[in-house]
Amino acid sequence: MSLLELKGVKVHFPVKKGIFFDRVVGHVYAVDGISLSVEAGQTYGLVGESGCGKTTLGRAVLRLNDITEGEVVFDGTDLASLPEEEMRRQRQRLQMVFQDPLGSLNPRQNIESILSEGMAAHGIGANQDERREKIKEILAKVGLPTNALARYPHEFSGGQRQRIGIARALVLEPDVIICDEPVSALDVSIQAQVLNLLEEIQDSMGLTYVVIAHDLAVVRHISDVIGVMYLGSLVEEAPSDLLYAEPKHPYTKALMSAVPVPDPEVEDNRERILLTGDLPSPANPPSGCRFHTRCPWKQDTLCATDRPELKDLGDGHRVACHYATEIAEGRLRRSGESVPATLPGPPSLTHEMHEMHEREEQEEQEERAVDTAQKVQKGQKGPGSGASGGDEPAPAREG
Amino acid sequence: MALLSVDELSITFTRRGQRDAKAVSGVSFDIDPGQVVGLVGESGCGKSVTSLALMGLLPDKGVRIGGTADYDGTDLLSLSKNRMRDMRGTQLAMIFQDPLSSLNPVVPIGVQVTEILKRHRGMKGEAARKEAADLLDRVGIPDPTRRLKEYPHQLSGGMRQRALIAMAVACAPRMLIADEPTTALDVTIQAQILELLKELVDQEGTGLLMITHDLGVVAGLCDKVNVLYAGRVVESAERRPLFAAPTHPYSHGLLGSIPRLDAPRGEKLNPIRGSINDNIEWADGCAFAPRCDYYTMECLTGTPQLTEPLTAGHQVRCVNPVVEGSTPNDDGDAGRAESAGEDAVGDARDGKSADIEKADTTEASS
Repeated sequence: MSLLELKGVKVHFPVKKGIFFDRVVGHVYAVDGISLSVEAGQTYGLVGESGCGKTTLGRAVLRLNDITEGEVVFDGTDLASLPEEEMRRQRQRLQMVFQDPLGSLNPRQNIESILSEGMAAHGIGANQDERREKIKEILAKVGLPTNALARYPHEFSGGQRQRIGIARALVLEPDVIICDEPVSALDVSIQAQVLNLLEEIQDSMGLTYVVIAHDLAVVRHISDVIGVMYLGSLVEEAPSDLLYAEPKHPYTKALMSAVPVPDPEVEDNRERILLTGDLPSPANPPSGCRFHTRCPWKQDTLCATDRPELKDLGDGHRVACHYATEIAEGRLRRSGESVPATLPGPPSLTHEMHEMHEREEQEEQEERAVDTAQKVQKGQKGPGSGASGGDEPAPAREG
Repeated sequence: MALLSVDELSITFTRRGQRDAKAVSGVSFDIDPGQVVGLVGESGCGKSVTSLALMGLLPDKGVRIGGTADYDGTDLLSLSKNRMRDMRGTQLAMIFQDPLSSLNPVVPIGVQVTEILKRHRGMKGEAARKEAADLLDRVGIPDPTRRLKEYPHQLSGGMRQRALIAMAVACAPRMLIADEPTTALDVTIQAQILELLKELVDQEGTGLLMITHDLGVVAGLCDKVNVLYAGRVVESAERRPLFAAPTHPYSHGLLGSIPRLDAPRGEKLNPIRGSINDNIEWADGCAFAPRCDYYTMECLTGTPQLTEPLTAGHQVRCVNPVVEGSTPNDDGDAGRAESAGEDAVGDARDGKSADIEKADTTEASS
């Protein structure tokens, strides 16, 4: 059985208006029906762009946000329905490491006080001396000197502060740590130190992680299973290596192709899938598939009308896309892609429809090309006049 | 001929009663038309300060700037304020990191874009508005006439950055400085913006100085790369040789600490140890020595010079560069502190470890 299981979790924030009577005029659908399970000892990576609801989901597991609907089953108990005091006690086993290491540490408390507060609240250690011993042990584990105890958060560098945040979670001996963007505020060299530290303590203490991050490379590095989120729902879930080798959802494909790789050989030769436009507002999500407004593989049927469910394609690969198999088999091409010499796959109705769609698309593109040409001409007029304008100040410079 | 040629740029912040802080020293690089030159480094290495100095945006008091920045026969660093104002926009323009705080929140986008057209190109009224709409259209903002009337908060992050780029290219400058233009953006939006910058450089032959901490962005965009550490260029090379064989231990370490998307799961990262607070003064030796895996006693005999140890055009500031076959001297921190007990590193280390108090806030805020 999984250690942590989410079943149809929804977190909706009401949007209120009015001066005297707060009328609820709508909802922000931050998390909209997510089901996933995390095995003990595993690292589950949640990845997505800002505004996709990944942080809200992480906070919802700890009930730092109210859960609108759904169950969070942790070790057999449903956290969503627990009374507040029971939930508080459960938090000893479920800890969180926050994104902003300075903002999440009280500037007026010294490190000993920060680290022992949680222990006292959960009744760990009979007295402060015992707690201090335990804290010293953990500090050594996260690579901080013992003389840190009497110091204050501002005396530490960013990387050291994040280590304090990790130590604060560790002193309670939790089973699960939810890491919300644990390294995004840090420089790359420090990032690597903290990532290695997280892996070391996982091995030595048998922890289960849920790592929330926007950086796909970081998530892939540390996770066993990755869930990709888009606008409040999970669009794809797979074991780390499988997701990288065969991304099936169009959004995952685009996300992967957009992550820069520090290698010019790779960068020059890889195919980029550029998405158009921005993330739609979670207060007014698109109908059907949430991604259809930006999807390069969008089809005329289903995409705009029916919301795709997560389908299991085997090997723990779950994808929420109506046309995932067709895209994987190369039967659908994305708009703007060059037409291959031989068309793969047998022609089918969808295929013909797709061809029609493609033809329209091509015509549209030609139109666009003409437009761009005009635009470029216009653009050149700009720089042309700019150049003459640029030449004028030149004598002034000499003068 | 180079469009912009920076020679021995040094920037020192001074404050009465305190020691001078050398932010940048001896930085030199050239940018040709249509070339993208990268300045890479972690927070606090002096990359942003360099760009501000070139744009003449540093305050008059409390800063000492040395060296020259030759742009088309003019030294940018010695220009008067008024002359610099004429240069900005028409000759050089800058794209800032944070698009929200670089736009005026209470002025519509349209006014902010036309302001530049009015100031530098003498355009007025309807003509300026039309040109502004064309500019927004060129950088890929849909429905530009409506967007012109909107305020910055009504635009998304990517759109704001596009508006900033539109403002920067409004007068077709020959030189663009982009200071972390995509750091605040999501990866899919980052890919869009980088594509746009590439187009601008290719079509207009603009020179681009790209300042970033992201080696992935550099790998895809820059022609030449300068790696900065503690205010000095430690390695300078064409893009491909640099990534194929990073020769300075710092560049080597940086590349080793980045989790790569295409690396197999479970591959260990090789972080650079310590933090930027562990540096020693360049005057005493190599500033990177206390964090370096390849450090020898030779590293403490004064400032190392930029040399070309392997191939022409690949400059490295290191006496003991990483070449094929060299191994890190992994004697651990304790051994190192002992062996270096009497010299500068030992002193600097003791001094530093005694004042974590001064753990600088710049790194924290990064």
